[in-house]
Amino acid sequence: MLKRFLHRVWDWVDDRTGLPAMIGRMATHLVPPDAKWWYVFGSATLCAFMIQVVTGIALAFSYIPSASEAYATLHFISSEAPFGHFLRGLHYYGASAMVLMVGLHMAQVFLAGSYKFPRELNWATGVLLLAFTLVMGFTGQLLRGDQNAVWTVVVAAEQAGRAPFIGQWLAHVILGGDTVGGATLTRFFAIHVFILPGFIFAFVGLHLWLVLRHGISEPPKPGKPVDPKTYRREYQELIEKSGKPFWPDAAWRDVVFCVAMIVVIALLAMVSGAPQLGKAPDPGIIDATPRPDWYFMWYFAVLALLPPETERYLIIYGPLLVGMVLISLPFLFNRGERSPRQRPWAIAVVLMIVLMITTLWVEGVKSPWSPNFKAQPLPASVVGATNGPVFLGAQLFDDKGCLNCHMIADDGGRRGPDLTEVADRLSKNQMILRIANGAGNMPAYAANLTPAQMDALVTFLQTRKRQLP
Amino acid sequence: MNEPNPEPASTGCPASSAELSRRKFLARLSLAVGGLGAVIVTVPVVGFLLAPFFVRRQEVWRSVGKIESFKIGTTSAVNYEDPSPLPWAGVTAHTAAWLRRVNADTFIAFSINCTHLGCPVRWLPKANLFMCPCHGGVYYEDGTVAAGPPPLPLPRYPVRVKDGEVQIQTSPFPITK
Repeated sequence: MLKRFLHRVWDWVDDRTGLPAMIGRMATHLVPPDAKWWYVFGSATLCAFMIQVVTGIALAFSYIPSASEAYATLHFISSEAPFGHFLRGLHYYGASAMVLMVGLHMAQVFLAGSYKFPRELNWATGVLLLAFTLVMGFTGQLLRGDQNAVWTVVVAAEQAGRAPFIGQWLAHVILGGDTVGGATLTRFFAIHVFILPGFIFAFVGLHLWLVLRHGISEPPKPGKPVDPKTYRREYQELIEKSGKPFWPDAAWRDVVFCVAMIVVIALLAMVSGAPQLGKAPDPGIIDATPRPDWYFMWYFAVLALLPPETERYLIIYGPLLVGMVLISLPFLFNRGERSPRQRPWAIAVVLMIVLMITTLWVEGVKSPWSPNFKAQPLPASVVGATNGPVFLGAQLFDDKGCLNCHMIADDGGRRGPDLTEVADRLSKNQMILRIANGAGNMPAYAANLTPAQMDALVTFLQTRKRQLP
Repeated sequence: MNEPNPEPASTGCPASSAELSRRKFLARLSLAVGGLGAVIVTVPVVGFLLAPFFVRRQEVWRSVGKIESFKIGTTSAVNYEDPSPLPWAGVTAHTAAWLRRVNADTFIAFSINCTHLGCPVRWLPKANLFMCPCHGGVYYEDGTVAAGPPPLPLPRYPVRVKDGEVQIQTSPFPITK
């Protein structure tokens, strides 16, 4: 009885809206039969985005997008609101997953040559979605409204400031005025919560429409190049002969993978939680160590390691060039072999990018170029003297900032060379020359040390020799 | 139960040339009127978003301490407020400078922001150096670059002594070109 009633309701809705039939047609569109686990990353990205939408809306119930109150509401969400800490964790690891999945999806599509004819625009819209995702990650970090957020905005504004002609103006648009202030956060809030999600929804819609229009690409076969003249017909034949309905033949993998991802995100949110809040967002607090979230850590390293002469060009034109190369890729190479086995350079490119980002990321985490402000004065056991010139020299080594950048016996900074055994490499005169004149990454100390101080410092350094066993 | 819903009718009906030119006119009219509507809505929105960037703000002198509280030859951090902060700016309206007293009546106010990417540089009084926590920029006590990536010396803000008070003029955030 009930069943019959529900049936009739269903038929009525179907008739009046036409939606169930349409959705059914879309869900059961035919896909190539051997599209297996490699094909889950796109839907996993979408799934991560949905997590972001849901958790983001929930967070917005407590978040106040005001420069004076955002930080307090973040504290409230993190430490007082029931589930608040967990929710922030979900939003943070959801963002991380989205960045990761978008990267994997892109690598997979690139390796399988799926961006070729007729799917050029699938790729191009995907590149835009990658850009939106990264800007979302960046603006999300700002909405934490802590000290790190303030300096992240500043670093972004400084980069924009390097643009020719419009640089200063762009920088002020990012700051929301002449300085960081009341307007900065609200603007980023509007961008993060309304504008970018709007763009993402629109482009995800377009991206999915294109997937339906051109079909999911079949797994590439070596020796079977894409020829725009015949590709569509061949694809049609393949689909008609052996296509399987997307739901549920292929979709079950997406569901399983997506749920596994949600479980991992939830576990991470529970176990390690969202990043700790930093100090208050007071640009007048000088004691700061600005660092980006993990997905930009590698770029933090790029900015430290760019040769200064090239920097003013690369900061602006570098990312623009990368964006242009990515967008134009399918238009330049829209035919030919798809199989990665026939495109060794494609594998090489992906490997190189992964290696490069990983290496830069590790460097970013270590950030050896940053002075170590936490270096402790060298203990007597390392100095080897409690008075006399060696002792004085060791004190100067700490006082004059040498220890901030040089390491001795595992204490100090990593900017300059480790000086634990420096006397084995440099004579007294070589040391004096180096210290007095400095180098590209070392200040010149000629005007900063009296002759007696220089003497003590070098006497101390001359005792830094390899310890004989 | 009901008769099936036919596809909605669209063009395809034959039309006379008078009808065609009428259609063309109506299409153009709709686009023009629609465009007008869009302009009416867009102009205030864009204006609202961009106007703040065309307002020249009034810089002001802010007292940062009595002259005798700064010893000759020292550099110390001073805090002051932006000229006209929004009511909800909270602590984000604060800003800081490194104030160096060169001699009895000469002061230099350095921006705390590294010219590389704007991070706040720290003053190491014993080493007589400014060091940046982000990418390893180092400056001498006079603000010139000692090491690392900064392309320019630390910017300076206008500073004066008035009625026994040291005053710094507020400035826009120094963005390196």
